[in-house]
Amino acid sequence: MADYKNEFGWFAPKPTVEKKIYSLKAVAVGLGIFLVVFGAPLLLNMGQVHPVPQPSLDTPAIQKLAEKERQCVEPTEWMRANHMQLLWDWREQVVRTGERYYTTSQGKKVLASLSNNCMECHSNKSQFCDQCHNYVAVAPNCWGCHLPKEQNVAKAEGK
Amino acid sequence: MLENAFVGTRRYYTLLAVLATLSAVGFLVYLKQLSFGLGITGMSRDVSWGFYIAQFTYLVGVAASAVMVVLPYYLHDYKAFGRVTILGEFLAVAAVTMCLLFIIVDLGRPDRLFNVLKYPTPNSVLFWDMIVLNGYLFLNIVCGWMVLESERHQVPPPKWLKPLILLSIPWAPSIHTVTAFLYAGLPGRGYWLTAIMAPRFLSSAFAAGPALLILLALLVRRYTKFDPGREQIQTLAKIVTYAILVNVFFFFCELFTVFYSRIPEHMDHFYYLFYGLQGKGWLVPWMWFSIVGMCLAALLMVSPKIRQNETTLALTCGLIILTTYIDKGLGLISGGFVPNPLHQVNEYVPTVPEVIITLGVWATGFLILTILYKVAVSVKEEIQA
Amino acid sequence: MGINRRDFLKLAGLLGLGGKAAFELVLPGEVEAAVARTEATGTRWAVVVDMRKLTDKVAARCIEACHSLHNVPNYLEPPDPKLALSEDLKNRWQIKWIWTDVYEHAFVGFEQDHKWDKLQGMNFLLLCNHCDNPPCVRVCPTQATYRRPDGIVMMDMHRCIGCRFCMAGCPYAARSFNWRDPRPYIAKINPNYPTREIGVVEKCLLCEERLAQGQQPACVEASGGALIFGNLNEENSPVRAALRAHYTIRRKPYLGTNPQVYYIV
Repeated sequence: MADYKNEFGWFAPKPTVEKKIYSLKAVAVGLGIFLVVFGAPLLLNMGQVHPVPQPSLDTPAIQKLAEKERQCVEPTEWMRANHMQLLWDWREQVVRTGERYYTTSQGKKVLASLSNNCMECHSNKSQFCDQCHNYVAVAPNCWGCHLPKEQNVAKAEGK
Repeated sequence: MLENAFVGTRRYYTLLAVLATLSAVGFLVYLKQLSFGLGITGMSRDVSWGFYIAQFTYLVGVAASAVMVVLPYYLHDYKAFGRVTILGEFLAVAAVTMCLLFIIVDLGRPDRLFNVLKYPTPNSVLFWDMIVLNGYLFLNIVCGWMVLESERHQVPPPKWLKPLILLSIPWAPSIHTVTAFLYAGLPGRGYWLTAIMAPRFLSSAFAAGPALLILLALLVRRYTKFDPGREQIQTLAKIVTYAILVNVFFFFCELFTVFYSRIPEHMDHFYYLFYGLQGKGWLVPWMWFSIVGMCLAALLMVSPKIRQNETTLALTCGLIILTTYIDKGLGLISGGFVPNPLHQVNEYVPTVPEVIITLGVWATGFLILTILYKVAVSVKEEIQA
Repeated sequence: MGINRRDFLKLAGLLGLGGKAAFELVLPGEVEAAVARTEATGTRWAVVVDMRKLTDKVAARCIEACHSLHNVPNYLEPPDPKLALSEDLKNRWQIKWIWTDVYEHAFVGFEQDHKWDKLQGMNFLLLCNHCDNPPCVRVCPTQATYRRPDGIVMMDMHRCIGCRFCMAGCPYAARSFNWRDPRPYIAKINPNYPTREIGVVEKCLLCEERLAQGQQPACVEASGGALIFGNLNEENSPVRAALRAHYTIRRKPYLGTNPQVYYIV
């Protein structure tokens, strides 16, 4: 019965086993359900138009700068594509190595800090960060801990 | 083979439905835990591990005990166990799955679970626990499934399987040893800081696991056409007897060292568990029930008359499962954290949501166990026919 | 560019850790201790608490300075009375970076039936000991907590998975866990310092953000001389002077963690 080791030994040749094909119908139904479930996000959003995001640069800190000086730590195009990687690198660098400054491609030394550098100029999270993040449906969890400072600026202006 | 899981009696489907419902309820409460945080449990800054980690610890033992049927069969050629190895291996699969789920529900940030792989840290015992548990799950799925499939087709198992089966034998005690090392290497936790922690874990596991297996075998015999066999159950009973005796012995070894040396940092945890400390001690009756029950069960198991009568055997096995569960599932974690390192007594009591999530994980485990046993038993019935 | 440098550092770190890991299993802590010794020329921060000057009022000022700067939630007295918690929950959720407790709790094992009068009711200021051989670092499965070369036991809140192994490992109860979202319980959020999310562990970081700007830790600054801070490796630093001039005790030194907070009683 169950004791093959002694009947055949471990090294006995393997007899052929007949293979059975199971119901095609059931397979088709299963595949159909799979496609509907996994295609749901595409199907639900088909034909909808979303306005292109317009991140705003209209903050007191940026307005104060002369036209010529209005540049982020790296060129705008580069920032648009790589800011997430840059922030990630800063995070690792500051927390893990204790090095708090970042040297830009133009050789300038800037404080590598989301709250205390980025948000000083971009004090309008909802008009800047959220614009694109909402458009592409990403939810970075920076704000779970770091403070956008938006309310502070609003308060200061109110005074 | 898996198709066997989809054809069954009404009773089988009812059981699946009940377990699935419980597991769904647990999941819903878990969603609540995800959004609010672990604050919905009874854990605290002083007792920072609770019910979840206790279940995890207990179930690692149940998983490891599969080796008690695998080892005699493959190393000692004890043929009778050929019938029940699959039951042991599939029990291990379900138990390890529950262990992993308990770890996940205990994490504050399950979304960062894979940081353990992303930043491998060999000086952390938890890193090794992750490796041994996943390895053991893999070994038992592969070995159990392949042997059963070969059995079904009446062919010998593939050659490459033998080294894996042999590997699974030392791997089993390793999972429980590593789990004990989670606790036994922490300075300042006197209750856990003992070299006999891993041996105690193993002895209670090798009592509780096979005891559970005996109960499962009796259920399988009662509700299916497959009989795991009287001889098999009796051999398991002997294993349980030795293991529970060794477990009681180890416990008294621990007591001697702690109370004869009279070092307060080790002794106070026992005082808390068995007498209460600073007027607090809700676990006291539980702990006394556990240790008295465990000693009683050990004595009962020694008597051949009680062991050989399957009704009294089943009852004694139930007592062993219950008492070892209280010891490891309630006492171990609370006892280690109370009193805290500042010698304050802040007790831990699990909350209702915590218990529901725990039940949900158990239900998920038993769902997996039911399906796996259904497959195994159907194959065995098929061969008998 | 930063990316390449980062990858290089990562790789170097991985190779280094592989070797270190082998030592860690056999002789945990030896590597840290060796590093600490060879770096005797570098910085090794330490704190000396002068209990003769530390009144309850001073201690409260130190705690307030730290907790308000670092956005530590106050579960004992929530800013909004509607958020008030039961005694049980206060006790369970409390987050402590720096706190006070009596001699019998601070120095477990040192209690005696008949003791020095002045110890009666003396409240010791407790914080992370920034051990030379920290058990919390040893047990962390992701290196979310680690020891910096200057001795600070650091937390990377971005990496912590919330397993709470470090809390079981710490023999000083210096670590706290975020059992819930702390923000509603922070009276006035300091926008220049992050808060924490649900499910991560936190503790005193010896104001590493202030040290980077050449300032002293907030508690030391607020203590009016009751706390002495400095570099242990510097012959003439205030901590070395204090340790030379006074008999000092440390919490649970027999555990071999080599804590770096000293008490002049």
